[in-house]
Amino acid sequence: MASDAPAPVLKSGVLRWIDDRLPIVSWGYKEFVAYPAPKNLNYFWNFGSLAGICLLLQIMTGIVLAMHYTPHTSMAFESVEHIMRDVNFGWLLRYAHANGASMFFIVVYIHIFRGLYYGSYKAPRELLWMLGVVILLLMMATAFMGYVLPWGQMSFWGATVITNLFSAIPLVGESIVTWLWGGFAVDNPTLNRFFSLHYLMPFVIVAVVFLHILALHQFGSNNPVGIEVSKKDKIPFHPYYTVKDLFGLMVFLLVFGGFVFYAPNMLGHPDNYIPADPLVTPPHIVPEWYFLPFYAILRSITFDIFWIIPAKLGGVLAMFGAIAVLFVLPWLDTSKVRSARFRPVYKWLFWLLVIDSFILGYVGSQPPEGLLPTIGLIATIYYFAHFLVILPLLGKLERPLPLPESIGSPVLRGGMTAQAAE
Amino acid sequence: MRKITHRLAALALLLGAAAGPAMAAGDAPAPIDKSWPHEGMFGTYDRAALQRGFQVYQSVCQGCHGLDYIAFRNLEALGYDAEEVKAIAAQYTVVDGPDDQGEMFERPGRPSDRKPAPYPNDAAAAAANGGKAPPDLSLITKARVSGEDYVYSLLVGYEEAPAGFEVSEGGYYNKYFPGHVIAMPPPLYPEGVTYDDGTTASVEQMAADVTQFLAWAAEPKLEARKQTGLKVMLFLIVAAGLLYAYKRRIWSRIH
Repeated sequence: MASDAPAPVLKSGVLRWIDDRLPIVSWGYKEFVAYPAPKNLNYFWNFGSLAGICLLLQIMTGIVLAMHYTPHTSMAFESVEHIMRDVNFGWLLRYAHANGASMFFIVVYIHIFRGLYYGSYKAPRELLWMLGVVILLLMMATAFMGYVLPWGQMSFWGATVITNLFSAIPLVGESIVTWLWGGFAVDNPTLNRFFSLHYLMPFVIVAVVFLHILALHQFGSNNPVGIEVSKKDKIPFHPYYTVKDLFGLMVFLLVFGGFVFYAPNMLGHPDNYIPADPLVTPPHIVPEWYFLPFYAILRSITFDIFWIIPAKLGGVLAMFGAIAVLFVLPWLDTSKVRSARFRPVYKWLFWLLVIDSFILGYVGSQPPEGLLPTIGLIATIYYFAHFLVILPLLGKLERPLPLPESIGSPVLRGGMTAQAAE
Repeated sequence: MRKITHRLAALALLLGAAAGPAMAAGDAPAPIDKSWPHEGMFGTYDRAALQRGFQVYQSVCQGCHGLDYIAFRNLEALGYDAEEVKAIAAQYTVVDGPDDQGEMFERPGRPSDRKPAPYPNDAAAAAANGGKAPPDLSLITKARVSGEDYVYSLLVGYEEAPAGFEVSEGGYYNKYFPGHVIAMPPPLYPEGVTYDDGTTASVEQMAADVTQFLAWAAEPKLEARKQTGLKVMLFLIVAAGLLYAYKRRIWSRIH
């Protein structure tokens, strides 16, 4: 932990008595008040604490929603409408929770791409990054199960499509799907267990977030210049980053509020206002927007790979592979330079990856007709090539710009203005 | 008049054909883009339109379409007072029970009752309507792409099928319905409803009124949402401004 942070001076005798026996006050002080952070962090570093706040908001709204929700196939849809119509401020709770999931993903995706741009995943922060990928996976599982709970058409059919993916596993696939469902179709046992797990998972995420923060504070935050930061270039988290994060939080809440109060259903699918009907399949089953790039990757494999991996399994492997490459990214990127500011080629490739992700998202949102499957396949291949081919080679081929000696004196040697962001 | 409608239909069809590849979800043209009083940041429901729309729903829709999530007490939001709501509820017969003999019995509706469904169950609804139960309308404007615009367009979208278009048995041609063949007969005819407030009941007028009523039924808390939103957004703007100034002041020690 950040052992170079000073311990608090406790004026209250009671607090001192407690802290002597249970050092929770000095721990909180060291980690969240005195925590020394680089002084050159730009606004992209707001998204870490924002993600934490999103998680807390989701837990708070979710716990109250669970007090009014009924996890039964014949009552779930109606209980959601009961929340919308009869529970005091129920509409606010539900819209905040549903849009909050989208906001959480926007924040986390920006947080991830910030890490990609500034090389925050590189040594010695590999485990910090990998814990982040674990959080992303847990978030995806939680969000997916949460979307099933209102028991609308898209809930039911989304659950059917996604759980059916596991049937692609050779030999035991079908048994696993039956086990997941708790029966021979998506039905009441499925809804019940999804509710149970949807309530459990956020607390697992909280635990992994603590590990994530523990790993972060071991070496401290990376920074836009990407070099090690000396003690004199660090400032205490409070008041500098608390006030900056609070300001960022207000701007974020303005965007969040814009959705909740003025476009609460924009990010949802109209079909989910139709009660689930196992006999009527919607014309296009699409997942929530935050899954679209992965959905495109899943659907891009329409052919058997090397005659041994059937197309369906290939798609599932590709989809999970898209996350798996992130897991091993710290070892795929061979460049020793962290920040893209000093990597003239990587800087452009980063933006290509961003564009590629948007293309995948668009392809995932459309029915697979015309040229789209081909575009999806090319974008999928590029996604994997970026991580598996380009990054390992680029580290050897690219000539990085000279690095400054400290974040305080970047201009002297490199000619780069590392303080431009501030 | 007829000629013009036909020409317009032909034109629309031509445009539809040109825009064909862009419309993946079906072959229906984009719904009429109508402006609604409850749209926008400050939009509120037009109470008079809601009451007229409720009248259209009562005299035209409720025979086949339920409104499961609406209780009579909710109708106070349309501008009726408690007595009027009581009177409206009393027009309906509600099955209650069992009484102390174990029998179900019928009684007049009360404000706390939900609006009774038109059919005892889905199977009865399907049997009475050619095999498919008419959808409940409580959430219809939120359950369709383009929401109110779609519902309105559908209600005014009945016309004669273009030459060569085969309308299947028991179906009606509707310009805006995906696939164009809808099982619902044209519900609205000029003067089909006699409005209490004397408004002329044209098809467009009735369609617009009942659409607004259904929008209210789907999103009854819309006004509270927008009013709360305004307060929250103003608070956040002020808080963001103050915190930005404070942030600059604190950070001036560093720069």
